[in-house]
Amino acid sequence: MLTENLVALQVVVPLIFAPVCLLLGKSRHAWACALTVSWLALGIATLLVTRVATIGTQSYAIGAWAAPIGIEYRVDMAGALIIFIIAAIGAMVMSYARRSIEHEIAAENSGYFYACYLLCLTGLLGIAATGDAFNMFVFLEISSLSSYVLISLGTTRRALTAAFQYLVMGTIGATFILIGVGMLYMMTGTLNMMDLAQRLPGVDDTRTIRVAFAFVTIGVSIKLALFPLHLWLPNAYTFAPSVVSAFVAATATKVGIYVLLRFFFTVFGIHFSFVAMHVGEILMVLAVVAMLVASLVAIFQDNIKRMLAYSSVAQIGYMILGISLATSAGVTAGMIHLFNHALIKCALFLCMGNIFLRLGSVELHDLRGLAQQMPWTMAVFVIGGLSLIGVPLTSGFISKWYLVSAVLDAGLWPLAVLILLASLFALIYIGRVVEAAYFSKPDPTAKKVREAPASMLIPAWLLIGANLYIGVDASLLAGIARQGADILIGAGVP
Amino acid sequence: MEHLINIVLLGLLMLAGFAIVRTKSLLAVAMLTSIYSLLSASLFVVLDAVDVALTEAAIGAGISTILMLAAIALTSDEEKAPRHTPLLPLFVVIATGAALIYGTLDMPRFGDPAAPAHRHVAPTYLQDTPTAIGIPNVVTSVLASYRSYDTLGEVTVIFTAGTGVLALLGFRPRRRNTEDTGRKKLVILRVVAKLFFPLILLFALYVLFHGDYGPGGGFQAGVIFATGFILYALAFGLSNSQQLIPHQLLYVMAAAGVLIYGLVGIASMLLGGKFLEYQVLANDPVTGQHVGILLIETGVAITVAAVVLIIYYGFVSRRPAPGDI
Repeated sequence: MLTENLVALQVVVPLIFAPVCLLLGKSRHAWACALTVSWLALGIATLLVTRVATIGTQSYAIGAWAAPIGIEYRVDMAGALIIFIIAAIGAMVMSYARRSIEHEIAAENSGYFYACYLLCLTGLLGIAATGDAFNMFVFLEISSLSSYVLISLGTTRRALTAAFQYLVMGTIGATFILIGVGMLYMMTGTLNMMDLAQRLPGVDDTRTIRVAFAFVTIGVSIKLALFPLHLWLPNAYTFAPSVVSAFVAATATKVGIYVLLRFFFTVFGIHFSFVAMHVGEILMVLAVVAMLVASLVAIFQDNIKRMLAYSSVAQIGYMILGISLATSAGVTAGMIHLFNHALIKCALFLCMGNIFLRLGSVELHDLRGLAQQMPWTMAVFVIGGLSLIGVPLTSGFISKWYLVSAVLDAGLWPLAVLILLASLFALIYIGRVVEAAYFSKPDPTAKKVREAPASMLIPAWLLIGANLYIGVDASLLAGIARQGADILIGAGVP
Repeated sequence: MEHLINIVLLGLLMLAGFAIVRTKSLLAVAMLTSIYSLLSASLFVVLDAVDVALTEAAIGAGISTILMLAAIALTSDEEKAPRHTPLLPLFVVIATGAALIYGTLDMPRFGDPAAPAHRHVAPTYLQDTPTAIGIPNVVTSVLASYRSYDTLGEVTVIFTAGTGVLALLGFRPRRRNTEDTGRKKLVILRVVAKLFFPLILLFALYVLFHGDYGPGGGFQAGVIFATGFILYALAFGLSNSQQLIPHQLLYVMAAAGVLIYGLVGIASMLLGGKFLEYQVLANDPVTGQHVGILLIETGVAITVAAVVLIIYYGFVSRRPAPGDI
């Protein structure tokens, strides 16, 4: 029962336990339940990746109705990689969460928090597992709605306006995606992605399909915070509870990129997306602007969470740049960076959670001399920061290496220069924090703080460990990403 | 004739839309959106989409108007002057509208029987429903069986909304006799509410269990069920209606509906089928479909009713002044 239903269980297990968490309420049991389920999801994801690697793409007809009559779950290597990183981040963040949540969220709300966390996990996993365009929309709604709630639970009242801003933008994005999917259905009579891919070439030279493409692209771009549609992101990441920042920053935008990949390569096909609609050129320009402008803005932030948020917008630029090349190497680089950035950003935001727990602030000037008092936490920040810059022996170097070589393969050497320039900006904004924590004299009036508890350090260090492992030996990740990219690119060839 | 009705309804929709944008009084806007929804519901009836019409009438014209009024009662009934110039939003709206119109140019003609939407999967649903599912309402068979997983997702969305409102607003249990003073005078409302309350609940059950045969199903039934309690709360006060259905029960209901739905899926896995494969639930596949659809529709109704009430109570129980909307 387990193996043949693995794909369905990946999504259904967290879904069913979310209401259980609500019933468990504010007791410790809700946390225990969420923790067990998120590790279970990671276990299933590990089995799933192995299965996809050994047997190949997994297709599952829900309700035994074969596609396109029913809804199909379809996990290929690209989807499996996304599922794995979501589940891994989900398990790490939940292991970390208890102390941080006790500190930042009112006790009577903790049951709702854990329920929403599992719902968000469900939604994200569902998007990555599905092979049906409308089903993707439904799970996108689950993940979006729950992340609005999670963000609104932040410690200050500004979290409410941040969540509301995100809600408005996110709803516009979702509506655009729905309009696009509706038009696709109107022109083809199907919602299954593989079926759409087969039926679209007959009707794709129509204004309706071109408009559908535009709606889907813009809608998803809002969700993944592509410059200049990223305006909801800095506030959302800044004012959300630390745990939520870490989880959402590492997963939600990544899933958005996955949705974009699916639509560009699987549904519309590489020829229509990149040759007929010229989406590559548009994305390339936006990606480069995102890389440079957002990195530059990050330098001037005094709230470190906000700085990391702008850095996320820039890093999304790197991923989109790889995808915009529409080559196997480019998409591979995008997916590698997607994976690595999830590890990096999650660890960095967890660091912020540690600092907020002890210090009650993540403002730069409060961090002076902190490295002596919280050495383990700051070490995580330094290694994570070095990855963000792309220093060798960290996973960030692997990302940049693949991205720069993909850009050079495409003969676009000026872009390689711009990538290095953006890395220089990253060096500056990370450097500011390191300078404050390691080389500034602490304020004599500031209170002395202790290192964060082990339960919060270990998950962060596990992420950093994975990061360093990839920095040394990236063959496994690169192999999986290459396989995923080849499936995506191949699926579009007529 | 049908075209004439369509033109009139669409024209009225446009008028309502403009009026909503232009009106400053939010109370009036709430009423206008209700009218907008009722007009859309009528349009869906003309389009023969009665299931959708029923939903739109119950949710759009009914519940969301009440919720909007409740929100206005908490805040203010005057629109604040916008802080930004409306030029960028106006440009975005015009561009979106232009794109939508441009997109219609190559669409299949309205009602064209050769349109892809009528030629690909739809005929299979129409042909197979009587034999494979054994119920006359094809809409129910698509929503509750062929694409049941989407419906599970939608119920989860509703459950998420309920959880979100609980997290943000919570419940504030009301003490008695703080609110019933003025309400005793509302004799007509009270008598009518007393008469209608059981009928509304009965009708909700009818919509639920008759969903296989006619328009309706768990979703609409849940909403109608909740409106019964809202009417009761309007006439007899919040504390009385909360005694009727305590809020701990609402938590349990909201969670139970999703659980019922999910566990039907798990049960079909344990019985050797795929997730939500109802055929394996009974010896005869068609009976299995009946059982499965009935169970999941009940789950949907329970969650929807509970979440609508959670949202309603969440809003009105925050009002400091005695009395609710």
